[in-house]
Amino acid sequence: MPSLAGLFFWMNRKIENINKITVTKPLKLDCGKTIKDFPLAYETYGKLNENKDNAILVFHALTGDQFIAGTNPVTKKDGWWVTAVGPNKAIDTNKYFVICANVIGGCMGSLGPSDINKETNQPYGLDFPVITIKDIVRAQESLLDHLGIKKLLCATGGSMGGMQLLQFCATFPEKTFSAIPIACSSSHSAQNIALNELARQAIMADPVWDNGKYFLKNTQPKNGLAVARMVGHISYLSEQGMQEKFGRKLQEKADYEFSFNADFQVESYLRHQGSSFVERFDANSVLYITRAMDYFDLNKQYKGGLVEAFKNQSTKFLVISFSSDWLYTTKENKDIVIALNAAGADVSYSEIVTDKGHDSFLLNEPEFLKTLKGFVDSMYEKFKK
Amino acid sequence: MKQEFKVIADLLPNNTRVLDVGCGDGSLMNFLVKEKNIETRGLELDQNNVQECIYKGLTVIQGNAETELYQFPDQSFDYVVLSQTLQAFYKPDKVLNELLRIGKSVIVSIPNFGYWKVRTSLLLFGKMPITKTLPNTWFNTPNLHMCTIKDLYNYCEDQNINIKKVIGVNESSTSYIKRGNLEIKNLFSKLGIFLIG
Repeated sequence: MPSLAGLFFWMNRKIENINKITVTKPLKLDCGKTIKDFPLAYETYGKLNENKDNAILVFHALTGDQFIAGTNPVTKKDGWWVTAVGPNKAIDTNKYFVICANVIGGCMGSLGPSDINKETNQPYGLDFPVITIKDIVRAQESLLDHLGIKKLLCATGGSMGGMQLLQFCATFPEKTFSAIPIACSSSHSAQNIALNELARQAIMADPVWDNGKYFLKNTQPKNGLAVARMVGHISYLSEQGMQEKFGRKLQEKADYEFSFNADFQVESYLRHQGSSFVERFDANSVLYITRAMDYFDLNKQYKGGLVEAFKNQSTKFLVISFSSDWLYTTKENKDIVIALNAAGADVSYSEIVTDKGHDSFLLNEPEFLKTLKGFVDSMYEKFKK
Repeated sequence: MKQEFKVIADLLPNNTRVLDVGCGDGSLMNFLVKEKNIETRGLELDQNNVQECIYKGLTVIQGNAETELYQFPDQSFDYVVLSQTLQAFYKPDKVLNELLRIGKSVIVSIPNFGYWKVRTSLLLFGKMPITKTLPNTWFNTPNLHMCTIKDLYNYCEDQNINIKKVIGVNESSTSYIKRGNLEIKNLFSKLGIFLIG
């Protein structure tokens, strides 16, 4: 179970010394409410060159943040995409200027439900407006202006990051030369909504959650949040991958304990994932961000469906899926490819064969990383002035 | 670049839009992009080949031509190219229809089962032929529906598919094939290249 020390860590996380801009332009959200003068936290890696043609924007996934490479200064752990981004990595920060912003609704410096609501002088909690992927993406527009980037070399993201990317390309068709949506979908499936609902219900069933007002008592619904994370982790692996990694192996014991302790390694793994998550993530943020994912449906946003969404694209796409991903299946990724083809867009597609499931895009998956590097480098050759 | 690709490249006008079905490592597409300013797309099954194309900056979709051509809209390409793969499909007739739906014109090349060495192998030795264009043995060949230049020629006529040009290839020599010289060319061409549609 989550440690008390861990909980204090969450409460006392030092997130002051991170890069932020204040977005002054009012942003009318899909729900009808407007936010303005809100913080947007971000991080950059590498250097923007003189021609400003080496910028790559990364969109993070549900529980990610802006710290993709190197060491995350808040958690002191590796950045979440350290396998792909860094010096001499597939996305080489010696060569490229890589940017990532924390999503609004998140909890790493951008406006989120744990921030103080200026009207009540208390954390928003459930008074935070329900946001959408489109809101999340539009909130990031001013960051590119702030950094002086007119057109990105490339934008990419996996999972919810890929959904943001599709939205970004549909909303701002001229903002990026190339795009790599990875293991994502153009509309959240019933299965994925169901899994998100499971995660939300786990949080809301924890009495500590208290209708999102746990902040008043300086605490977190850590049990519910940990269960929510466990649900996620099961969905990120594949049946075969899980069997290979854990099988029926016992956790540091010779036989069953005949108890409900974590006898099996897979139980121990999930409990660990759950408890370490509550140290770095806010429960209400999970509610808001999963809701944004569920509402995501590019087909619905455009009258002519997905093909209309991608019409007049000059962006060059590479869609990547993973064969054992059952959360964002090859079929869903292919639907994106088909729509892009029908819209006459320039689209490449690769299905990486792996048993590591949805998580593959975060792992050291050589074929995936090679494909990523090949595409980014060849795009740079075409784009550079 | 191999002789076959040179012949195919010569058939393709500059500044057109071409889909290369089974594009392999992208060498034909790369040539077409660089030398003829052709806008290309590839469809390729093999992951390493797909990677190779991406490295070259070519647009390629990983997928199976037998089942995934449906994703390309009607008449969305000036030309569709299918090099030496028709005979490997479960349903080559259906694939051919799909190619004709997608492309205004289609270029199909086939290893010619009517080539004299192939015929001799069966006639004299009673063995399935193994040649440069047909390098596999009977149990591991990907070819399910071998045909001759004459077969495909007759098929196109039967199906009312417009034959624009047929070229026979034997090593570095090429020649046009018409109804009048079909018998002899069917005997001496290793490869047949059809421009139809």
